[in-house]
Amino acid sequence: MALIDLANPTRFLAFARAAIPIAGVLAAGLLAVGIYLAFFVAPEDYQQGATVRILYIHVPSAWLGMACYVVMTLSALGTLVWKHPLADVSQKAAAPIGAAFTLLCLVTGALWGRPMWGTYWVWDARLTSTLVLLLIYLGLIALWRTVEDPGRAGRAAAVLTLVGAVNIPIIKFSVDWWNTLHQPTSVIRLGGPTIHSSILTPLLIMAIGATALFVALHLSAMRNEILRRRVRTLRILAAQRGATA
Amino acid sequence: MIDLGPHALFIQLAWAAAGLVTLGLIAWVMIDYRSQRRQLAALEQAANARRRPAAPTPAVLEGAGVP
Amino acid sequence: MTALIALVVRDLRLAVRVGGGAFVGVLFFLAVVVVMPFAIGPDLNLLRRIGPAILWIGALLASLLALDRLFAQDQEDGTLDLLLTARTPLELVAAAKGLAHWIATGLPLVLAAPVLSLLLNLEPLAIGAVVLTLLVGTPALTFIGLVGAALAVTLRRGGLLVAVLILPLSIPILIFGISASNAAVTGGLPFGAPFTILCALSLGSLVLGPIAAGAAIRAGLD
Repeated sequence: MALIDLANPTRFLAFARAAIPIAGVLAAGLLAVGIYLAFFVAPEDYQQGATVRILYIHVPSAWLGMACYVVMTLSALGTLVWKHPLADVSQKAAAPIGAAFTLLCLVTGALWGRPMWGTYWVWDARLTSTLVLLLIYLGLIALWRTVEDPGRAGRAAAVLTLVGAVNIPIIKFSVDWWNTLHQPTSVIRLGGPTIHSSILTPLLIMAIGATALFVALHLSAMRNEILRRRVRTLRILAAQRGATA
Repeated sequence: MIDLGPHALFIQLAWAAAGLVTLGLIAWVMIDYRSQRRQLAALEQAANARRRPAAPTPAVLEGAGVP
Repeated sequence: MTALIALVVRDLRLAVRVGGGAFVGVLFFLAVVVVMPFAIGPDLNLLRRIGPAILWIGALLASLLALDRLFAQDQEDGTLDLLLTARTPLELVAAAKGLAHWIATGLPLVLAAPVLSLLLNLEPLAIGAVVLTLLVGTPALTFIGLVGAALAVTLRRGGLLVAVLILPLSIPILIFGISASNAAVTGGLPFGAPFTILCALSLGSLVLGPIAAGAAIRAGLD
């Protein structure tokens, strides 16, 4: 199905009605298998012990936190360049989900760091740039909530999202630079080239399941947003009719 | 449940947070959907009641989606 | 070109005559620097060590908080509509306004920095480094902040929200500005590497800022 076919909100709602249950069931199934593997099959890491099981949430949520920004960037391009009518719906729907996953990534990272590093938070490069990403998400959500007209809010948010997209690699680079300046290798990096397949398989399954969950959530939030705009339009029409009558 | 070792509390907390965030997102989406549907139905009903003598179909809905 | 010069001159005149923008900015900068020792104690050695950071934070806040009404007041009195209908591209208009704003508020901050660094017990070399990095870095802050100022047209309010939106984006400038000044203070690290990156960031934001600001203004006025 071409993207342009979904430009019609009614057609999108029909698509969403079909796609949301599929993605939801897929997510539930994959996550269930992933959780089973993570707790009952996957071995403990020889260094991290059982805390490696936190990473089965941490890594997928980190992945989604970033992927969601990519989705928002593409939607922002859709708003400003192609003027796709659903692009700003997609932007708005994605922001809270991305923020939630980024927050989850930070929380699980802190809970992993406490037993492993002895502290909930270090100003490690990755943690710091994830925190900045969360700040950007929250700023975008605040922007969406401030402007009442969805069209104007969408274009403003699109500009900010794109500026953020240009900036995030720069922020990442500068935080890396800053971090090596202040903290020479005090932190054990997880992973490296060799993650054993007994750990990698559940991780991948969890990641794919979480992505399916994201798709289901995003489509549902988009559907809600379309309905919200219909309600808004009907209210305005009703108010206008009331004013002229 | 298998033995989670000395750091069981942290692992449980992390998974609890994950469950909370996931369920929270799902609940947010579903509650929002219900409330939007309800408001839309109420508005449609009001529109129908007003225009009952003319056209019973809410034709206004088709054009009134995303501006 | 003459239109842009006229715009810069107009904005400068407004900044000087109305509200004394430069003066208030410097005053805010002074207030931040004066408040800082009360928070961390009057230890001169400590102040010398973190002095560049204090000056940079002060300059960052002063230039961001001064920015938020830049386009909004033009929108209120209708100037922005005239600028939109003019033949000059909106991006260049935004750049000209940013330049005027930097001359009116950024440059006074740079000039005030040496005096304030005496309060923080900085060495002459460190003062030079801080002033140089501020001179290069404040345009970057202004032009990144330009995006926020343009968004304020849509938001119809500025202040905290604009600062919240822009602060994360200004982190790289802060990092390299302070790194370069610290390099000059402690002497352990090369000054050149962070300083040239700071210059690069500044030049980059000189391009990105006006383009994004133009897009944001168009988005807000559609």
